[in-house]
Amino acid sequence: MLASQSRKAALNAFRSSSRKPLAAALSVRSISVDATASQDAQAPEDPDKPFTVKLLSQSFDAFNIEPPSLDFVTTKNELIDMYKNMAAVRRMEFAADRLYKERKIRGFCHLSVGQEAVAVGMEKAITPDDQVITSYRCHGFAYMRGASVKSIIAELLGRREGIAYGKGGSMHMFAKSFYGGNGIVGAQVPVGAGIGFAMKYLGRPNVTFALYGDGAANQGQVFEAFNMAKLWDIPVVFGCENNKYGMGTSAARSSALTEYHQRGQYIPGLKVNGMDVLAVKQACAWAKEYTTSGKGPLVMEFLTYRYGGHSMSDPGTSYRTREEVSWMRTNQDAIAGLRTRLLDWGVVTEDGLKELDKGVKDVVDPEVAAAEAAEVPENSRKVLFEDIYTRGSEPDWLRGRTAEETYYYKE
Amino acid sequence: MRRKAVSLLCRVPRPSTIQRPLVAPIVSLPRYYSSHGPPNAKLNLPIQYNTSTYLSHTAAATLANPELPSSIRTSGNTARQNLYQSINSALSTALSTDERAILFGEDVAFGGVFRCSTNLLDKFGPDRVFNTPLNELGIIGFGIGYAAHHEANTAIAEIQFGDYVFPAFDQIVNEAAKYRYRGAGDFNCGGLTIRMPVMGVGHGALYHSQSPEAFFCHVPGLKVVVPRGPVQAKGLLLASIRERNPVIFMEPKILYRATVEEVPVDDYELPLEKAEVLAKGSDVTIISYGTTMYTVEMAAKAAKEMLGASVEVIDLRTIYPWDKVTIFESVKKTGRCVIVHEATKSGGVGGEIAACVQEECFLRLEAPVSRVAGFDAPMGLIFEQFNLPDVARIFDAIKKTLEY
Ligand SMILES: Cc1ncc(C[n+]2csc(CCOP(=O)(O)OP(=O)(O)O)c2C)c(N)n1
Ligand SMILES: [Mg+2]
Repeated sequence: MLASQSRKAALNAFRSSSRKPLAAALSVRSISVDATASQDAQAPEDPDKPFTVKLLSQSFDAFNIEPPSLDFVTTKNELIDMYKNMAAVRRMEFAADRLYKERKIRGFCHLSVGQEAVAVGMEKAITPDDQVITSYRCHGFAYMRGASVKSIIAELLGRREGIAYGKGGSMHMFAKSFYGGNGIVGAQVPVGAGIGFAMKYLGRPNVTFALYGDGAANQGQVFEAFNMAKLWDIPVVFGCENNKYGMGTSAARSSALTEYHQRGQYIPGLKVNGMDVLAVKQACAWAKEYTTSGKGPLVMEFLTYRYGGHSMSDPGTSYRTREEVSWMRTNQDAIAGLRTRLLDWGVVTEDGLKELDKGVKDVVDPEVAAAEAAEVPENSRKVLFEDIYTRGSEPDWLRGRTAEETYYYKE
Repeated sequence: MRRKAVSLLCRVPRPSTIQRPLVAPIVSLPRYYSSHGPPNAKLNLPIQYNTSTYLSHTAAATLANPELPSSIRTSGNTARQNLYQSINSALSTALSTDERAILFGEDVAFGGVFRCSTNLLDKFGPDRVFNTPLNELGIIGFGIGYAAHHEANTAIAEIQFGDYVFPAFDQIVNEAAKYRYRGAGDFNCGGLTIRMPVMGVGHGALYHSQSPEAFFCHVPGLKVVVPRGPVQAKGLLLASIRERNPVIFMEPKILYRATVEEVPVDDYELPLEKAEVLAKGSDVTIISYGTTMYTVEMAAKAAKEMLGASVEVIDLRTIYPWDKVTIFESVKKTGRCVIVHEATKSGGVGGEIAACVQEECFLRLEAPVSRVAGFDAPMGLIFEQFNLPDVARIFDAIKKTLEY
C-alpha cells in the first residue's frame, strides 16, 4: 500500500471510532424524568413525624447491584430544610456572580447553579464525620459542610474574613471533614481513596465521598483509584457529577462510555437523577450503608446540569444552545421540582413558601453584605507576611524582596 | 442489569449549532488583579508593551531581522498580530504545509482557551484538529505514538495550561525524551510538539500561573522553547513543529494579547537553541526569556539612566539546550551576570546557567552571578505581583552586581 493510502485508511478508521453522530450522542441521556412530577402523598401534621413518599420510578439506574428502594422516608422539617439549603446555595452563588461582574471578585470562579441538589442531598445522607472531597466547583459543598456564607463570599473577595483568610480564592475552600476544592482535574479522586483508607484503618464507621466531573472521569488516576479502592475494599463512593460538559466539550464527545456509573467495571454503580434532591439523599444514604458495611467502594453518577458557564469568563453558550439551558431551567430545576412537591404533599402552603424564600434571603443577604463590608486587607507588611506560616508557628523573621524589606514577626 | 437510564435531557431541543459552535474564550485574558506599584513608584511602573524596543512595531523593524529568510525580508508582507494570532498563523501554516500534522488537546477544536486554534477546525477538518478527553497523560502518550509512527508523525499537542502538564510527566520524561535513544535511532517521536501556556497572568493563583520549564530542562532528549513576542512565536513554533526532536513549547499567557507586532504573513522559521542579543552593553549581562524580558527592559533602562550602566540583554529563547556560546561570550565581555525568570528560584533554570557561567567564565567574573526569580512559594491568589520578579528587584540585582 502506498504511504498516502495507508494514512488515509488509518484516518478513516480513526474518524469512525472517534466521532459519534450527534443523535447517538444525545440519545445517551434521552429518557424522561421530570424533577417536578410528584407522586401522591400527604404530609402529617407533626413536622417531625416520618412519612413515606414514592420516588419517581426512574430515579436510579443500577449497575451490577440492586438499586435503593423508591420508598423515601422523610419528615416535613427535613423537606423544608433541603429546600432552604438549596435555595441558600443558589442565592449565595448568585451573589458571587454579581460580585464577579462588579469586578470585586477576580480570578477563577466556578459556580454550581443548577447542581445544588447534589451537594444538599448528599449532605443530608451523611454526618459531619463522613468525609468529602471535590473539585473546584466547591462553594455549595463548603457551605453544606458548615462554612458560612460570609466566609465563602469573603474568601472570594480576598478578605481576611474568608475561610482561607482570603488567600486561596474560589477553588481552595476547606472545612471540617471537607478536604477542599481542587484545581487539578481528577487529582482529588485518588486522594479521596486515601482518605477513605485512613478512615477504614482508624476503624471509623464512615464513608468518604470523592466527587469529580464527567470530564474528570477520563483522567487515568480515576481508574487507578478505582482499582486500589476495590482491591482494599475502601469505604469510598466515587461520585461523578455529570453536568453534561467538561468546559466546552460535551460528555459524548469526551467519553467512550457516558454511563459513568458503569465505569468502575468491577465496582457496582448507581446512576441517580441528580436534579432530584430526594433521590440524591436516598442514594447517598444507601451508598453509605453499602460501603461502610465492608463491601468496598461504589461508583455513583449524578445526572445534573450547570446553568451558567464553566467559569465566569465562559458565557456558556458557544458549545450548547440557549434553548437547551432554558429547557433545563424550566423543566428540570431541582429547586422548582422540590417546591412543587412541597405544595402537592401539603408540606407548606403558597404563603409558607414565600416565607421560606424570604427566610433564605434574610439569612444569606446580610452575610453577603457583611463579607462585602469586610475591610480590604490593609496594605501593610504585617498583612503581607501573615499566613506564610501557620499562625503561631512563624519564625523570628522573614526576608522580603530586598534585604531592607525583612519582616520581623517578633518585634 | 436494568438498562433503563435515568432521564434528564431527553426533551432537550436538539441543538443545531453544536457541531460548529462559535468560539468564545473560556478563560478571558485577565487584567491585573492587583498591582503593587504605589502611586509614587519610580521603578515598578506598568509595562509599556506598545513602546517596547523588544517588539517590532513596524514592518520595517520586523523585516530588518537578519534571522528571517531573505524571501520573507524582501516580500515585505506583514500583518499586525498579537501573540495568540501569530500562534494561530503558525499552526495554520504547519497544518497546511505538512499533511501529516495533527492538532489536538482539550477544547482545541473550539479554538482553545486562549483562542490559539480559532478556525483551524473549519480549515483542516475534524480528522486533523480535534478535542481530546480531559486526560493529559493520555494526550501525550497518544501524541508520542502518532509521532513515532513512520508515516504519520507530526503531532501538535496542547496542554491547556502548563500547570496541567504534570499528569503527563511520565510520558514526557520516560517515553518522549528517550524514544530515539531506546529505539536505537530507528524509532523516534521527534515530530511531537507540546504547546502550553505558562507564567503569570495577574490573578492565576496556584494552578494558572506556574512556570514549569525547569522540570523539563533536566531531561536530555527534550527541547524547551519560550517566545517573547508574536514574531518569535510564529518562527520558533514552526521550527519546533518541524524539529525532529520532541519540543516543549511554552507560551507566556499574559503576552497572548499584550504583545503586538508586525508578523510576516508567510512561512518562516527562527533558529532553535540560539539566544538573541537584544541590547549590546559592556557592564553587565542580563539573561531572561518570555514575560520577564519586558521587566528586564525597564530595569535596564533605569540602570542606564540612574547608574549610567551599559546593560547587555539576552533573550534565551531556547531554554534547553541553551546557547552557551552567546552567553559565555557576553559574560566574558561584561564580567557580570544576572539571570531573571518567573519560575521559583531553587532548582530553576537560573541556577544551571549560573553554575555553567562560573565554570566557564570564572576568571572574568567581577561579581557573583545573581538570580532574580519567583520566590520559593506557591503562587498566592492576591500575591502574584509580589511573587514575580519586578523592575525594582531586577534593578536592585543590577546595582548590587555592579557595586560588588
Ligand atoms: C489536570 C487538569 N487539566 C485541565 C484543567 C482545566 N480544566 C478545568 S475544569 C475543566 C473541565 C472539567 O470538566 P468536568 O470534570 O466535567 O467538571 P465540571 O467543570 O463540569 O464541573 C478543565 C479542562 C485542569 N484544571 N486540570
Ligand atoms: Mg462536567
